[in-house]
Amino acid sequence: MAKARVLIRPKEGILDPQGKAVEGALPALGFEGVGHVRVGRMVELEAEDPARLPELCEKLLANPLVEDYEIESIDGG
Amino acid sequence: MLWGVVQFPGSCDERDALRACSLLGEARLVWHEDRDLSGIDAVVIPGGFSYGDYLRGGAIARFSPVMEAVARFAAAGGPVLGICNGFQVLCEAGLLPGALLRNEELRFVCRQADLIPEGEANGHFATENVGQTTTRTLSIPVKHGEGRFYAPQEALDEIESRGQVAYRYAPGQNPNGSARDIAGVRNEIGNVLGLMPHPEHAVDPLTGSTDGLRIFEAVAGAREGGP
Repeated sequence: MAKARVLIRPKEGILDPQGKAVEGALPALGFEGVGHVRVGRMVELEAEDPARLPELCEKLLANPLVEDYEIESIDGG
Repeated sequence: MLWGVVQFPGSCDERDALRACSLLGEARLVWHEDRDLSGIDAVVIPGGFSYGDYLRGGAIARFSPVMEAVARFAAAGGPVLGICNGFQVLCEAGLLPGALLRNEELRFVCRQADLIPEGEANGHFATENVGQTTTRTLSIPVKHGEGRFYAPQEALDEIESRGQVAYRYAPGQNPNGSARDIAGVRNEIGNVLGLMPHPEHAVDPLTGSTDGLRIFEAVAGAREGGP
């Protein structure tokens, strides 16, 4: 089994209200100078056939119309 | 006319949808594991939080057994109406264009909205067959947290040029930041319709509007006038 981590984020240019809300909360907590916050999601999994992961991402984990994804191998980590 | 109302684990508007459909014919629930839609004349995919909305709204529901049957039903020209979460399911399944994203203001919105029906001449969902005044707005409630219709600019242009916009929010009433005020779209052929507002909650004077019936009547008309 190969361990992998999939990072999914809103595509560039797509409004991310979650990121905006997080960004808006930061100054109130004393964190100034933080911008361009984008909130995505991370999926960890173990796969017998890692070659099929892109297909899995396209079909289920991400919506390619609105999200980009990256697959990272975390074997041996 | 027999309506099939799909029920996923986490659906929550199937009872109102059943009631709305039963005003126009017979209606029964179709469980998400069913693959058999025989005898059903029109399918409604109701609102709610199918499979807990895990991952994305509709993302998991689209792989349920019943959705294979719904895709075949739609391919054969059968009318399909997706409401709210049902709209999300149809987009995820590729039966409708675009995607529904988190509301621009991050808030869950729950309010009455005026909808402008559009492109009556396109497809089978011809509201002009139903009412005399095709341009009259429909008063229908919205209630959702992820209803911002999105498609890339070129795709939006295509959707518009093919007459696939079914409903727009009246000027100034866009509740969620939807592109071009789009509240509902139909597929290219015109037998699959999805919208965020809830016509099933607007079929009885008790709740302030019966305009939702017009949308169900249009779907019924799609069966009668369709292939």
